[in-house]
Amino acid sequence: MDLLRLATAGSVDDGKSTLIGRMLYDSKSIFTDQLEAIERTSRDRGDDYTDLALLTDGLRAEREQGITIDVAYRYFATPKRKFIVADTPGHIQYTRNMVTGASTADVGIVLADARKGLIEQSRRHAFLVSLLQVPHLVLAVNKMDLVDWSEEVYESIRAEFVEFASKLQISDLTVIPMSALKGDNVVERSANMPWYQGAPLLHHLENVHIASDRNLVDVRFPVQYVIRPHQNRNQDYRGYAGQVAGGVLKTGDEVVVLPSGLGTRIAGIETADGPVEEAFAPMSVVLRLEDDLDVSRGDMICRPNNRPSVSQDIDAMVCWMGDSPLVPGRKLAIKHTTRTARTLVKELQYELNINTLHRNQEAVDLRLNEIGRVRLRTTSPLMADEYRRNRATGGFVLIDEATNATVGAGMIVGAD
Amino acid sequence: MKPVAGEEKNPMARTAHSPRYSLSHLKTLEAEAIFIIREVAAELERPALMFSGGKDSIVMLELARRAFAPARIPFPVLHIDTGHNFDEVLEHRDREVKRLGLTLVVGSVQEAIDRGVVREEPNGSRNRIQTAVLLETAEKHGFTALLGGARRDEEKARAKERVFSFRDEFGQWDPKSQRPEVWGLYNTRVHVGESIRVFPISNWTELDIWSYIEQENIEVPSLYYSHRRPVFRRNSMLFAVHRFCQPRPSEEVFEAEIRYRTMGDATLTAAVPSAAATPAQVREEVAGTRLTERGATRGDDQVSEAAMEDRKKEGYF
Repeated sequence: MDLLRLATAGSVDDGKSTLIGRMLYDSKSIFTDQLEAIERTSRDRGDDYTDLALLTDGLRAEREQGITIDVAYRYFATPKRKFIVADTPGHIQYTRNMVTGASTADVGIVLADARKGLIEQSRRHAFLVSLLQVPHLVLAVNKMDLVDWSEEVYESIRAEFVEFASKLQISDLTVIPMSALKGDNVVERSANMPWYQGAPLLHHLENVHIASDRNLVDVRFPVQYVIRPHQNRNQDYRGYAGQVAGGVLKTGDEVVVLPSGLGTRIAGIETADGPVEEAFAPMSVVLRLEDDLDVSRGDMICRPNNRPSVSQDIDAMVCWMGDSPLVPGRKLAIKHTTRTARTLVKELQYELNINTLHRNQEAVDLRLNEIGRVRLRTTSPLMADEYRRNRATGGFVLIDEATNATVGAGMIVGAD
Repeated sequence: MKPVAGEEKNPMARTAHSPRYSLSHLKTLEAEAIFIIREVAAELERPALMFSGGKDSIVMLELARRAFAPARIPFPVLHIDTGHNFDEVLEHRDREVKRLGLTLVVGSVQEAIDRGVVREEPNGSRNRIQTAVLLETAEKHGFTALLGGARRDEEKARAKERVFSFRDEFGQWDPKSQRPEVWGLYNTRVHVGESIRVFPISNWTELDIWSYIEQENIEVPSLYYSHRRPVFRRNSMLFAVHRFCQPRPSEEVFEAEIRYRTMGDATLTAAVPSAAATPAQVREEVAGTRLTERGATRGDDQVSEAAMEDRKKEGYF
């Protein structure tokens, strides 16, 4: 059984909570006592039906105001896969929340209300899914029961979305007509829409091929922690612990350590279960090297003929999540893989309007929830890959050193 | 098909049945947890691992062992002793601490009551008052980060808590101002006086815990497996008769086959009827259960929909 990470985006009204509730309910992941608790709450509030949204709205303020404040994580499993759902609210703080949910997702689900068609928000969510390079996108055209299961309505929404998606970097798009409330095409195939030939949502999620989404070509091993036992029986042991960020490492492989550029070979790959011949993402392992080099946290181990850029000048798309705006000249801390440095914002090249995709080159700052392209200069070199080639070595966060808040999420476009 | 020699012993090695470079969901969760634990050791000054002897903290300790092998776990373990413990759990705790060569720090709730720092609650539960003892003990030993075994599937408020969860000077959680966590790039910075709780098994479910205990052959206290003993019924839950839990005159005592699904305050933790005597049987039972573990076994979480949220805001784990 493998693991699939899912991010859903939508607003209060498009039935996202109902859809998640439906998947949990139909996969028997809702427990009797949870259901009784929300039935009681619904009854006390005077609702006409049990509000499945209460399953995901966990905080007091959310229940009282009927809104979703933060990303909620839900879990369910079928015999084929375990699913982790990052449920992100679509209205408030949407960039911050969606970036958090989508950054590690294999599949993004964007909801649209069949009665309203594609609204600004659906486009915005689809854009963020593509910006974060979520490998698979599902457009769920929901509430088909309210448009008489009309193929025509569905077709026009689908066509419009496909046209819009062609402007984005989306490699795999699936469009599914459904009614989360009635359960059509969520788990069971809909009897009301015989014209739809595709699979219901859950079937698609169980079978979508995600194994090839990982980068197995470019060997990248960010050193996270140096293991030195200081024990009599392991006195000379020195291991480099970390999580593989790309490629396949093998015992005996020639490698270089960056930024120093010194070369050696992999003497062994270890886990607590014993040695392994190969390691690949996302395994957490310990590497032993043949030569005694000076290697520390923040260094990157890769192959001699396939290296990331080692650079202090980074071009990146940044989602700004800070309260005070990003302006050229601002200094911040930057965390990229296991390396932390300081950085200066040298230039704001443009702000991207995520509704129109217009690039505003006149922009003087990036405000909360805005996205733009910046040029950064860092105090020490980063071992940088393009984000679209590797999410783990192409992403970084920006930290305000005064407040310690995480204020930006960046995706590397280039480095020189 | 028989696995190739050498692959059999090591579950991380690929098997003949799985595609060459794919990792099972349990090994993926394990790799994620190990990464988080190492991140804590690398970036934080003085961490400690919360260890109660319950199944989640046992899995946590095993993951920490794996994160640093062959070296020792580079931080102490911390137990907040409510004084209401099952003997088997304390025995297990002490055995593990010795086996792994760890330093154990104990914060005693009983002692805090005797000193007048906290007051016993009317229902006798020490679940809530242990928060004050936790904060005091962490402060006394200068622990800036506490690793805990909380899981997001346990409860709705936890479902919204980050892996690195920040607490102010009073240990309080503010759900509205959490740091975004993207790509596993954890921002671990704290101001003086603030602290962090870190939950490496956030993404595990109760079923994952049992599947892992089974797969990795991890020892847990015998109370987690089916055994026969005298019990009585209270609030439609089954309580075993033992020194912290005595029946009232109106409560009839009878023998039953039970096991514990959770290990909380012994005065309040109920057992469940069960014949599951092995990890595999428990896993099967958990896969089929229709009640959450807290709903089935904890007297104190049924009080209100926001019971856990309120306790967390006060500094509870």
